[in-house]
Amino acid sequence: MSAMAEPAEGGRFGEFGGLFLPESLVPACQELEAGFRTAWADAGFRDEYFGILRDYAGRPTPVTECHRLSERLGVRVLLKREDLTHTGSHKINNVIGQALLTRRMGKQRVIAETGAGQHGVATATACALFGLDCVVYMGEVDVERQALNVFRMKLLGAEVRPVGSGSRTLKDAINEAMRDWVASVESTHYCLGSVMGPHPYPWMVREFQRIIGEEARDQCRAILDGDDPDYVVACVGGGSNAAGTFAGFVDTRSKLIGVEPAGGAAIGHGVPGVVHGSKSFLLQDEHGQVLEAHSISAGLDYPGVGPEHAYLSSIGRARYVAAADGEVLEALQLLARTEGIIPALEPAHAVAWLVRAAGTDELPAGSTVMLTMSGRGDKDAEQVMGLLG
Amino acid sequence: MTTLIDLEAHLRARRDAGQKLLVPYVTGGLGSNWVNVLRAMAAAGADAIEIGIPFSDPVMDGPTIQEASQRALDLGATPLGILAQVADLDVGVPLVAMTYYNIVFRTGHRRFARTLADVGVSGAIVPDIPLEESLDWTRAADDAGIATVLLASPVTPDDRLVRICERSRGFVYGVSLMGITGERASLAESAGVMAKRLKAVTDKPVLLGFGVSSAQHAVEAARQADGVVVASALMRRVLDGGTPEQVGALVGELRAALDGM
Repeated sequence: MSAMAEPAEGGRFGEFGGLFLPESLVPACQELEAGFRTAWADAGFRDEYFGILRDYAGRPTPVTECHRLSERLGVRVLLKREDLTHTGSHKINNVIGQALLTRRMGKQRVIAETGAGQHGVATATACALFGLDCVVYMGEVDVERQALNVFRMKLLGAEVRPVGSGSRTLKDAINEAMRDWVASVESTHYCLGSVMGPHPYPWMVREFQRIIGEEARDQCRAILDGDDPDYVVACVGGGSNAAGTFAGFVDTRSKLIGVEPAGGAAIGHGVPGVVHGSKSFLLQDEHGQVLEAHSISAGLDYPGVGPEHAYLSSIGRARYVAAADGEVLEALQLLARTEGIIPALEPAHAVAWLVRAAGTDELPAGSTVMLTMSGRGDKDAEQVMGLLG
Repeated sequence: MTTLIDLEAHLRARRDAGQKLLVPYVTGGLGSNWVNVLRAMAAAGADAIEIGIPFSDPVMDGPTIQEASQRALDLGATPLGILAQVADLDVGVPLVAMTYYNIVFRTGHRRFARTLADVGVSGAIVPDIPLEESLDWTRAADDAGIATVLLASPVTPDDRLVRICERSRGFVYGVSLMGITGERASLAESAGVMAKRLKAVTDKPVLLGFGVSSAQHAVEAARQADGVVVASALMRRVLDGGTPEQVGALVGELRAALDGM
């Protein structure tokens, strides 16, 4: 059986996952699980989902071979170009699926959390497309550093609610979205943006992102004469683009590498804990209080990680490493100058590991690497401009 | 060591004697005075007292309890520190710890349950452990003699309601509305329905909480239920600088209103 099959009963990936929520939200999650299970097995639903991804979101996205970067690093680099989708990141794959489910469940209102704003923009986009009401919760710190995405969401007809509690970033936006959901669950779908939260979200979001890995595997085989890449790399905050990427390669010989931000490395530095509905690795103190993550990237600024990543790490199928803010900025500029691709700060973490590891035992010279370019850098241009002075 | 009072027996005896039950809440570690607030609540006629053990991410709580939790954490409150402070209290009514699951999980199920028993806390409410995930904790709690109070919600289906009532110990906590904790202008219509549904399937004491903000709300809620849990209205007073005596007086008003029914 695949290491990334359907989770065990109750949404378990080994000891991780589950459904740890107040009673008021349990029936909605059970309804969502049943709704997703039926829809995902329904050829009509799948046709509509894949049709929208093709005709509206621009799939399939290409795999680009990076000739100049490869020469520079001494490893053969292929990029899966999620940055070329409509709205500029892989988040669109998930929200189209959840918007279709929302309509199928007869709900009219959608709420979402966002960090960098990519999931918020994607959700606002899907809601505009389907005529759904949309409210996006966003930490005040992120509202400030991602002003452009806030404006995009408003243009798309969504209401953006700044969150001023706690660390005023992604974690607190999720808290506030959950508080909204407890009061509105009968009419509202919570469109979670990553492979985290209570069952069925980690499983459902991974399935909606699986298309990244499925496409990339076939495209790599076409480029590599039927072979799979030696390494498959993706950045990990909650971990949705990595989960979707890994799902396509977990049954191949490829080594899977997830790159966390050094200031929010839940697998690297966390211990098992329970927050936002599931059990996973979590940055927390000795008393069980959740710690704040600190990353240059709003999209990775989260103290937890999706439970399936915790599981893949625990069984040794994927390895998780970290990249620091400084090397991320270097990597972003290197990719821009050698390939003409400005990555978002999130996938720039994956590029940073690539640059650091290339030619070492971690990533020997001559290896082939497939890296998921999960989003484009436009949203970060102003922040990066400030950082580079 | 404080004696461990049997939560359910204590509440049943009072209910069966014709009394409506009043369970006020206090955030543990909120200021140096919080233990005196707890004492004042007991003296004012509480039938049991909930002690909130603050968590960094309280998703079930509204602005008041969020603020109370954050202030307590900023003052250095820790779960075991709070529990150590109640060890020598003997207020004569059962104490119930209310916290989120990560605090229990991080401390360790057995260690947390044993600590509660050691300091004389009779019960625990952990709102983010639903029935399906409750086994690890309830095994440890049962072994230590700690009553695990489960919550029922207005959207809980009938068959599930029965299972929640069967598994709940001490009392059954009926959530009066769909939403988070906090004061409301009026008692939700769903409150009466929630209480009736619970009373129809269980003989355990049924208490309503969430949005019970005044003596009038308490009386309305207690018409169908055996009693009420009051939190935000009391903690608002504490956050606004109220003394233990003033908070005790507020509890006294609730007591008098319930006794006058």
